[in-house]
Amino acid sequence: MKEVAQAAQDSYTRIAATLIRVTGNWTLAEDCAQDALTAALERWPRDGVPDNPGGWLMTVARNRAVDVLRRAAVEETKLREMAMMWEPAPPDDRLRLIFTCCHPALSLEARVALTLRTVAGVPTAGIARAFLVSEATMTRRLTRAKSKIADAGIPYRVPSDLGERLPGVLAVLYLLFTRGYDADGEPAFADEAIRLARMLATLMPNEPEVPALLALFLLQHSRRNARRDAAGDPITLDRQDRSLWDRAAIAEAVEILGRTPVEGPYAIQAHIAACHAGDETNWRSAAEWYDQLARVQPTPVVELNRAVAHGYAHGPAAGLALLASVNGAPEGYMLAVEADLRERAGEKAHASDLFRRAAAAVPDGPERRALLKRV
Amino acid sequence: MKYMMFVCTDTEPETDESRVPDIEVWVAENDTAGRRVTGSVLGAASAATTVRVRGGEVLLTDGPFAETKEVIVGFDILECADLDEAIAVAAAHPMAYNGRLELRPLVDR
Repeated sequence: MKEVAQAAQDSYTRIAATLIRVTGNWTLAEDCAQDALTAALERWPRDGVPDNPGGWLMTVARNRAVDVLRRAAVEETKLREMAMMWEPAPPDDRLRLIFTCCHPALSLEARVALTLRTVAGVPTAGIARAFLVSEATMTRRLTRAKSKIADAGIPYRVPSDLGERLPGVLAVLYLLFTRGYDADGEPAFADEAIRLARMLATLMPNEPEVPALLALFLLQHSRRNARRDAAGDPITLDRQDRSLWDRAAIAEAVEILGRTPVEGPYAIQAHIAACHAGDETNWRSAAEWYDQLARVQPTPVVELNRAVAHGYAHGPAAGLALLASVNGAPEGYMLAVEADLRERAGEKAHASDLFRRAAAAVPDGPERRALLKRV
Repeated sequence: MKYMMFVCTDTEPETDESRVPDIEVWVAENDTAGRRVTGSVLGAASAATTVRVRGGEVLLTDGPFAETKEVIVGFDILECADLDEAIAVAAAHPMAYNGRLELRPLVDR
């Protein structure tokens, strides 16, 4: 019944978003959306999938919400008003839900948690586990965020100034993709982040950074089965078994990048990731993209990676020349990059010493072991 | 919605004076638009008196209730549609540059 689960999942956000608009009650909306999904998973395999699964789910969720509110003695006039707001077919409220969950007046942690809970429909216990806090703590964090939205008057709408607020939404999606780990040490919510980016790309067809972010996610996620050895230690990109990469995901990302104009850092990062996605890394192209990224995002780590790319594209001397102007990158990483460049430049003894110093500068673990192997 | 906007000093103000808007313009604009219900500059923190009653006794302390480097130097009551509008009004105030502003909704019961 994979299609049932898929149809249900697609509807969850839409239902929650509309119920929040109509009732103003976030928890009620989440519960009723969840109840409707549960009812579908129970009934559809038995009675067949209805002609309009989304409409069926919305009706079940709405009736459930009205029941709950009636029992809570909400006045009939208010309930009739609510019923009016649903007719004939509710508008798509998903964008306003996403922008509200990602409102900059909420703490970043709260934005990530709320987006996972309310937009992606991840149970609170699952979010708590991935962020290494108790379920009670996560429940409090979510409750506090919902209270702030209501009490501080955070509007439930898509902001008029999209250019100012969209980067914040994409940053939340990026955090949601990278932060939070499952038991294997892999990102816990990569699938949710990809699903949300896909949804956002459909809802905002004129914002190229959205599909660019989706492509970046797909490329990074395509390597999930090759990133760790049997002991669970991370394997660097150059040593990964490329036959384990998800070719379908890579193909989708490349197709997206082919039709998406480069307008911001996510597109550039996705193009860099795509340079690594072939049978061999295209370092010349990667070096050019890093030049672009360093112009829009001149952070020490970007500058450092730029030196690496140039070192592979144009020889170790070019890499060392760029490295000399990098300031403020993490010491262990700096030393490791210089060591690798000097080794390839034939300065074996100097390189060996640098690998030793790099190993001492990173925390004890797989990374240090990998550096010591190269001394 | 009504918001209380506390106007507070900050230890790290904006360094580029030319960016800081004019307070007279801010007041005039928001008074005209009906977004500023009232507001005032406050006397120095050294003029503050803190009052408590404990066990039936009135206890007075010389000074504000929180001894911090940042002090509240003024307030405005804003009438805005929602937090986004209040943030826009606050971000146009000179003390958003030279100090910091705190927006707190008034509870309407």
